[in-house]
Amino acid sequence: MAKERITVAGAMVRALEAEGIKHIYGYPGAAICPFFDELIKSDIQNILVRHEANSGHSASGYARITGKPAVCAATSGPGATNLITAIATAHMDSIPMIAITGQVVSNQIGRDAFQEADITGAAEPFVKHSYLVKNPDDIGDVIKKSFYIAQSGRPGPVLIDVPMDIQKQLIDFEYPEKVEIRSYKPSIVGNKLQIKKAVEALKNSKKPLICAGGGIFMAGAKDKLRELSETCDIPVIVTMMGIGSIPTDHKNYYGMLGVFGKRIANQALKNCDLLIVLGARMSDRAVTSLSPFENTTIVHIDVDPAEIGKNSPVNIPIVGDVGKTLEQFVAECEPMKHDEWQNDLYQSKLAAEAAVKNYQSDLVSPKLLIKTLCKTLPQKRVICADVGSNQIWAANNVELGEEGRFITSGGMGTMGYSLPAAIGAKCADKSAEVVAICGDGSFQMSFMELATAVQHGINVKTIVFVNNKLGMVREYQNNNYEGRHTMIDLSGSPDFLKIAEAYGIKGETVSSNDQVQSAVEKMVNADEPYLLQVMVDKNEKSLIE
Amino acid sequence: MRHTISILVENNAGVLARISGLFARRGFNIYSLAVGVTEDERVSRITIVADGDDYTLEQIEKQLNKLIDVIKVRTVRPDELLQRELVLIKVSCSAQQRHELISIAEITQAKISDISVDSMTLELSANEAHLHNFQELLRPYGIKEVVRTGTIAIQKGTASLRI
Repeated sequence: MAKERITVAGAMVRALEAEGIKHIYGYPGAAICPFFDELIKSDIQNILVRHEANSGHSASGYARITGKPAVCAATSGPGATNLITAIATAHMDSIPMIAITGQVVSNQIGRDAFQEADITGAAEPFVKHSYLVKNPDDIGDVIKKSFYIAQSGRPGPVLIDVPMDIQKQLIDFEYPEKVEIRSYKPSIVGNKLQIKKAVEALKNSKKPLICAGGGIFMAGAKDKLRELSETCDIPVIVTMMGIGSIPTDHKNYYGMLGVFGKRIANQALKNCDLLIVLGARMSDRAVTSLSPFENTTIVHIDVDPAEIGKNSPVNIPIVGDVGKTLEQFVAECEPMKHDEWQNDLYQSKLAAEAAVKNYQSDLVSPKLLIKTLCKTLPQKRVICADVGSNQIWAANNVELGEEGRFITSGGMGTMGYSLPAAIGAKCADKSAEVVAICGDGSFQMSFMELATAVQHGINVKTIVFVNNKLGMVREYQNNNYEGRHTMIDLSGSPDFLKIAEAYGIKGETVSSNDQVQSAVEKMVNADEPYLLQVMVDKNEKSLIE
Repeated sequence: MRHTISILVENNAGVLARISGLFARRGFNIYSLAVGVTEDERVSRITIVADGDDYTLEQIEKQLNKLIDVIKVRTVRPDELLQRELVLIKVSCSAQQRHELISIAEITQAKISDISVDSMTLELSANEAHLHNFQELLRPYGIKEVVRTGTIAIQKGTASLRI
């Protein structure tokens, strides 16, 4: 391919096209205008969000569905600093993302120019890597490297900061076919000896357990996870990020572990003699005590060596891509049975499920709402939960088959994530039915994105649980501050149905259990954005047994 | 426990900030830090003396390796390392004290780098223990200023840290 004489901004657009980018979520300002100006000529769809943080969350939702980096863009200064929360959210959950920011002109850098922020410096703790482009000719290499870094190894966000004078410079451009980074060589294939050891440990185990995390999705390892679980008869629990890595109605599935997890999942974790951790960090929310595993052999498979042994001691560490490593693992395994262990767990699970038929509420039972939603949605569904009680209600009651996804801000716990992430997810896969689930607290952090959905015809559904309280903090204050409630009262909030109406979005208020079925059906059948305002009791606990 | 960690990095803008930021935000303590270019001018070598137990050291190494600009990280046992630090010490020195200080310099193999009517600056390259003794010897004369470079280290024998 011959070199093209174009501006750096034009080259940026060419590079994104070459990477297969179809959507950019962004917000303008002078410093990013050269880039947006070049986008006019491209088929890449610009989606104007209503707050920069949401451009990052939308890109994050998009990337989770495609498994490939998605792009957000903002201007210098406050545009860039507003992006930081989204970058940090993506970083914590290992989401491949490319954040492009405009920067003040090169000779103004360091002089506190108007809308200047040292964004590569400020975002450093939250990026996998970042670039400040100083030499116009570097742009191709920088973008190629950024995409490679963002999606290889443990995925993560990469920030590219481009001063506006650099964006305008003419260069002879050709997008590189490939790049070589000598200091970055992620391990993909698991060590054979370690895998043999793990297989041996599995043979000797009477009570093995798999804990699957978000790494399963990024590695495309769902099939292999299921194969291992079925071939070797191993029950599976998941982290919040791992929900949906195995169908929730699978016989071997025992739900989410952790502080807000299922009792049965935590019980399995406590009683297993071999724990196989797949693409998970064993964070403080997942494992309540740092060394609860005295009599358990732990096999930890993760692409990031730094995660192995960080939060929990490990007996057999295996560094590698979870997909590739599981493939090697499964190839070494022979079918086995763990009838006694499985039966014990299965009976407990059935007993727990039988006991939980209680949807009583003077208002709406959140559990009933989510169960009904899951019975009504088509199989190809993406459920985006926000942060707060709504997240735990969703995490513990969501039903997903082979084609379902559950996405939420797991590590960072970023309120306001669900609606912009749902918008991104819907753009990534228009054939999926996408629902954002949030509370009245989190909804008010990003409901301006309803405009984005309307403007660009993005058919997302929103469920807002309303109790006029920040429920999870209220619950925390009940348990830790003798019920003294401060800063949790959301009085003054609007009628969200009217908010929806103001955006031209149809919806319904649901205030009793008997309205749930028809309201959910109407929402799911709507061929446009739709909002359900669901009234719930302020005393509804996060964990509903 | 103190560890001497040698890090080869790409000589890119901001790399030192990335590394020092990593130490700060993960709560790793740095005793000293020295940076200089290597035989390959595109590569810098950072020598960090840090404090921590085995778990901390493992985390430091792993987290450093995650930084894209970091090419290689190695922590070598103290007995396999040649460690040096350069110190410049300015002491008060009257005409009568000059001979005493000259003989201290001779014994300690320090160099007299600068001299004035009432001060003397001594220069010594040595390991940390030696430097400590040296400084104690000079203390009675009245130390005006101490400048240290931070430790640099190289492996003994033929082993070397290369790309």
